[in-house]
Amino acid sequence: MKDSLYKRVIAFTNARLWQLVHVDVLLVSALMILVTGGLFILYSASGQNIDMVERQIFRLTLGLGVCLALAQLQPKYLRRASPLLFVFLALLLIGVLLFGVGAKGAQRWLALPGGLRFQPSEFMKIVMPMMIAWYFSDRQLPPSFKQILVVIALIFIPVLMIAKQPDLGTSLIVAVSGLFVLFLAGLGWRYIIGAAALAPIGGYVLWQFMHGYQRQRVLTFLNPESDPLGSGWNIIQSKTAIGSGGIDGKGWLEGTQAQLDFLPESHTDFIIAVLAEEFGLLGCAALLLAYFLVIARGLFIAANAEDNYARLLAGSLTLTFFVYMFVNIGMVSGILPVVGVPLPLVSYGGTSIITIMATFGILMSIQTHKRAR
Amino acid sequence: MSRRHQNFRNYRQEQRLTQNRVIASAIFVLIMMAVLLARLFYLQVVQHEIYQTKADDNRVMLITEPPPRGLIYDRNGLVLADNRPIHSLTVIPERVEDIKTLRETLSATIDITDSEWDDFNNRLSEYRRPYQSITLKSQLTDEEWAKISVDLYRLHGVQVEAQLTRYYPFGEAFAHAVGYVGRITANDLQKVDRLVYQGALFIGKTGIEDFYEDTLFGQPGLSKVEVNARGRIMSELERQNPTPGKDLHLHLDARLQQYAHDLLGDYKGAVVAIDPKTGGVLALVSKPSFDPNMFVQGISYGNYSVLRESNSLPLFNRAVRGGYPPASTIKPFMALAGLEYGFSSWTERYFASGFYQINPGGRRYRDWKRTGHGWVDLERSVIESVDTYYYQLAHKMGITPIHNFLSRFGFGESRLLDMYGSSSGLLPSSEWKRAKYNESWYPGDSVNVGIGQGFMVATPIQMASATAIIANRGEYHYPRLVDKVGDEPIEFDDKVGQLHKITLKNQGHWERMVVAMRKVITDDKGTARRLQGTEYSIAGKTGTGQVFSLREDEEYDAEALEKRLHDHALFMGFAPAEAPKIAVFSIFENGGSSGKPADLAKLLFDAYLYDDFPTRYDYLKGSNHER
Repeated sequence: MKDSLYKRVIAFTNARLWQLVHVDVLLVSALMILVTGGLFILYSASGQNIDMVERQIFRLTLGLGVCLALAQLQPKYLRRASPLLFVFLALLLIGVLLFGVGAKGAQRWLALPGGLRFQPSEFMKIVMPMMIAWYFSDRQLPPSFKQILVVIALIFIPVLMIAKQPDLGTSLIVAVSGLFVLFLAGLGWRYIIGAAALAPIGGYVLWQFMHGYQRQRVLTFLNPESDPLGSGWNIIQSKTAIGSGGIDGKGWLEGTQAQLDFLPESHTDFIIAVLAEEFGLLGCAALLLAYFLVIARGLFIAANAEDNYARLLAGSLTLTFFVYMFVNIGMVSGILPVVGVPLPLVSYGGTSIITIMATFGILMSIQTHKRAR
Repeated sequence: MSRRHQNFRNYRQEQRLTQNRVIASAIFVLIMMAVLLARLFYLQVVQHEIYQTKADDNRVMLITEPPPRGLIYDRNGLVLADNRPIHSLTVIPERVEDIKTLRETLSATIDITDSEWDDFNNRLSEYRRPYQSITLKSQLTDEEWAKISVDLYRLHGVQVEAQLTRYYPFGEAFAHAVGYVGRITANDLQKVDRLVYQGALFIGKTGIEDFYEDTLFGQPGLSKVEVNARGRIMSELERQNPTPGKDLHLHLDARLQQYAHDLLGDYKGAVVAIDPKTGGVLALVSKPSFDPNMFVQGISYGNYSVLRESNSLPLFNRAVRGGYPPASTIKPFMALAGLEYGFSSWTERYFASGFYQINPGGRRYRDWKRTGHGWVDLERSVIESVDTYYYQLAHKMGITPIHNFLSRFGFGESRLLDMYGSSSGLLPSSEWKRAKYNESWYPGDSVNVGIGQGFMVATPIQMASATAIIANRGEYHYPRLVDKVGDEPIEFDDKVGQLHKITLKNQGHWERMVVAMRKVITDDKGTARRLQGTEYSIAGKTGTGQVFSLREDEEYDAEALEKRLHDHALFMGFAPAEAPKIAVFSIFENGGSSGKPADLAKLLFDAYLYDDFPTRYDYLKGSNHER
């Protein structure tokens, strides 16, 4: 007589109401778990600064608003707007290079009237996969060699412009978001294997052309102890924080590395080290599980999307989200070089929260606008 | 092209292709997440202990707290070396982002001289424990302290530390007796346990401060603290209090010391007073002197070179290192030597003309009195300081008995128990001359030594100590400065600390010699008859040391000679003669006649024996002054 709990949950998530407001309950739930956990870590990482947590909640709420709004939009409108948006953003990127403002030697923003600032490269993270997905949307898959070359050009023109700002982290994310579409579109394995084989040779050639200080950065990554007080400091301290956390951590608000300020950027790029120190390996595993839930739902939506455009876009956006996470944790734990990539939805601040939430809006749009079968 | 073939597209196949790629991506994601987990496992489980240690090294700091240094008191409980609280501006270089910027920021607030910065940079390059603060400016004024305190919150690595500094309240009169401390140098650290001296500012450099360093220093405290990344101490985890250094109580009498110092006036010279019963040094004066406080915080190069290069050698401790010809003050000892070895007797008489010749027609060794003294016996030779008597006596004896006998009084040997660097003077012997000059000992050498000239050299502390031996009729202690450590009497190595004794073949000679030295004052022809008229009895012996060798027939003419070539004036004496409480040796360099040192000794006796110092010395009375 009584339905099992499982059946009731399924029934709840499939309710007509959610379909009407274009909300994917599983994705939103996974995001909520991730975000809520992130707020607790942020409270500790910010030195128990409740104001900071409130501002983060505000941003997340804003992001959720953007997410829900985008979810209402039918994917076909997104598809049609893709090339326009791409060209528009590319022009803005040229504008940034010419008239951009910024700080610390990087110019990333366009000044808007009223003292506002606008960072075009941030939106390129979404528009790039839209563009490439649009390119493939009415072409037969897998792509031909010529198409591959076109797509590579489409990807690397804006990427190089962003890299020149310079903003290595963002250009990297934009590049992979485009390349993922190419991969999902069925890029031949021989190309992939070939590129992988060529990478070390390319690396060697690149090394020959590098300036001394650039080589130094690479060396510091390979051996942070060579410069313990300079650029190696961050990574040494973050590894110390993570390693000293052990299996079950030192306890919330009890991490000495984080609370005594040994860990730099503890509330932004290095926030995972705070989690690792205070909650240990178990806490890290829980966080990775939360990420995995989000990513798994994203890939499920991609796999079940209605058309090529939706599949390619949903898949690429989800994988880009994964890359965010992977690059951040990889760099903080010392297996990747330090590039400024925040931990998505957990690190404090940045416009990245809005754009990331926007990608989930697009995913929900793709999932909830399918014609009933 | 694709547009044209649109109709032939196999949508199902394309869907399967992209779905397969999504599945491949999912597998890729899983693998990469496993890589991350493996990495975290490696850091958090496999290498956990390494990083746990690193994290603790980051946050836990051991701070050594230097113990308060023991104080140095005079015999009446007056503090001669004190500890004073000061506030100093210190810097932990590891916490400073950029020293140059710091310099600019600081100079806007308080005055820090270039030499202070130089000192700071020098100490920065020397060995030091990481995170140990370096003093940038010591002894901040209240105003500077207030100014800098306002800015401290934004000056990372800069702090105001309360420290104890050494202070010598009575300055230069005590510099040579007490010594001084100075900043610890890399050199010093090679001699001591670095662990113990972590965080300590000072180490004894000379005098008592140096010799009793271990006693005065104490045991440092240890505190384990938790610090944040900027070096701010967040909490104390463990603590072990320092053990203060032990106080030292000297035999020194501050008023006697200051009085003697003042009585030397502008003369260079030295005064040493000893309590014959204990060997305790009551006064140890060397002049000119210097303010020891200059050395405590580090003397400036300019000041130091002035002291160093001064012709009058203010840094040189004449009292223990100054080698002087003892001149006629050696005569009582020479007389006792003659008696001991049977070369003279109290009754034997000698005709003293104006000179002495080893061989007829040979070199004339002149008496200070051109006309001679006529018939004299041993006692009179002491009273009138008859040179010719001792020329002939020394000639008869030869150097070996002289050497053997005088060495029993501590000549040629450094006996001062508790000060480094005291000189052993020079008690010559034929072996010594052979080794030094590759020449044999000539009879004329003995003749010169007979009146305390020639090769013979002694320090004021040796002379005072030898005087005390006669005063105490052969019984003596090695001279020492410290009486008590804390409340305990000082203990020296048994052999040197104990009571020693010189036993003459005829012990009666002691008393006879005291009588002779007594008559140096009381006899109408006594060389120190100017000291007559005291209620107590003084025994003594004058001396006039030649700085400038006169030729055989030349007359000493003080007027015509430059001051630096004037004779040294010496006096040894003790009082009361029957039961001496104080023995004094004093020397005025280029003082001319022996009147000045004799007068000085008498004034010291007067004051010390009756506790009747001029009232201007009341401030040196000390807290537990009795009598």
